Amino acid sequence: MLDSGDTAWVLISTALVMLMTFPGLALFYGGLVRRKNVLATIMQSFFVLCMISIQWILIGYSLSFGPDQGHFIGSLAWFGLKGVGMAPNPDYAATIPHLLFMAYQMMFAVITPGLITGAFAERMKFSTYVVFTLLWATLVYDPVCHWVWGAGGWLKNIGALDFAGGTVVHVSSGISALVCALVLGKRRGYGREPMPPHNLPLCLIGAALLWFGWFGFNAGSALGANELAVSAFIATNTAAAAAALTWMFIEWKAIGKPTILGGATGAVAGLVAITPAAGFVTPLSSIIIGMMVGVVCYTSVAVIKLRFGYDDSLDAFGVHGVGGMLGALATGLFAEKIVNPAGNNGLFSGNPALLMTQATGVITAAAYAVAVTFILLKVLEATMGLRVEDEEEVIGLDITQHEESAYTLLD
Amino acid sequence: MKLIIAIIQPHKLEDVLQELDKSEIYLKTVSNVLGCGRQKGRTEVYRGKKETGNLLKKVRLEIAVNEKFVDSAILAITKAAKTGRIGDGKIFVLDLTECVRIRTEERGSAAIG
Repeated sequence: MLDSGDTAWVLISTALVMLMTFPGLALFYGGLVRRKNVLATIMQSFFVLCMISIQWILIGYSLSFGPDQGHFIGSLAWFGLKGVGMAPNPDYAATIPHLLFMAYQMMFAVITPGLITGAFAERMKFSTYVVFTLLWATLVYDPVCHWVWGAGGWLKNIGALDFAGGTVVHVSSGISALVCALVLGKRRGYGREPMPPHNLPLCLIGAALLWFGWFGFNAGSALGANELAVSAFIATNTAAAAAALTWMFIEWKAIGKPTILGGATGAVAGLVAITPAAGFVTPLSSIIIGMMVGVVCYTSVAVIKLRFGYDDSLDAFGVHGVGGMLGALATGLFAEKIVNPAGNNGLFSGNPALLMTQATGVITAAAYAVAVTFILLKVLEATMGLRVEDEEEVIGLDITQHEESAYTLLD
Repeated sequence: MKLIIAIIQPHKLEDVLQELDKSEIYLKTVSNVLGCGRQKGRTEVYRGKKETGNLLKKVRLEIAVNEKFVDSAILAITKAAKTGRIGDGKIFVLDLTECVRIRTEERGSAAIG
């Protein structure tokens, strides 16, 4: 039965999630790089929006949500959206057109590879980026999405909970980002030359749009204009606020002053961590999850990364990978059936089994993403080359990859 | 006392600064400038329309030094900024008649270093 209220909310949520990639993520990352690379960085987010929009229609949706093949991947029976029409598909969303569910999921498929770009910012060759992203979306995102959300997917079958994509989106992209940072190596001069963010206001507009769009990401994942959407909406805002405050207070204590970039990073970490839990936990649990992720992500970004010296340039792993894993596990701790009868009880509600299930989901998704990403990068390294030439890197990617520059001296 | 003005490629700035540090020349002023030399313009494309600018982005270094540092400064800048291609830039050396450190009101050679 189609419901016009549900349809309206999911339509809006679809647009909100689109906004997260472009310009949300684009500006968030674009402000963090040096001025010679801002357009190239924005271009990566923009390009992924265009490219995956087409990939998803042709094969992506079918591979992710199409008829199950051995609990691992969807078949190509829905190639080009064959048979995906206005009638609702009760497996996924019983009150909105199947096509709308497809469009909503498309925006998730778009943003996920976009998140990875933070790891190889300022040095990736654009042509290789295009090929890598297309292959990654098809070989990593689509299968993992099927495992967790597709009808018949094996993680769905064992009862792993992922409300809005903690594992599907953030763990898969975050852990792949770490592989990218390690395989590509550091930016030229990393650790020796200063590489401060070139425009924090841009970055903060991006962070604000991410927070705003995340209401569509999480509350939209209720797939209806209902109580669950309201509950997820509140959990989302609460965790973001708690994580941002936590991050800023840690900075205040550790370096003497709270920073706005720290606050924004904390907010994004909170949003990441609440993503898998948003539809299963109470507002009070959201506060605790936000505080936990604030501490853990701060440590991963400001302590662990510096100690090991890898150049996860914009902290795609430190925020999305680490925050996503923490969120998925926290779901196993804090989930309550009182919040969502379709969910499950977590450890603190007397069901330790859920925590094990959540851990299984995180570990297998992470291991699979690491393996495929590594192979992809090695093949591309040998065939196309991953990095721009040294001199191109020094001159900047805006001019060398796109023949444009963001800021002029005169006029 | 001499004033050294060097116009270099922006992407060579970090290398030049490092090289100057090695020669113990620490005090300098750096600015973004536009300039035109033998390299002529470069073309950028906006919505399919070619924009050829005559003026190129360069970086200008100003370094005031006592006589004995002049050669090592020139050497450091040349070593780091040279690619051998058109557009590497130029170094100008000017006589400097006076120098005052505002904080202490010292003048001349004592105020430079």
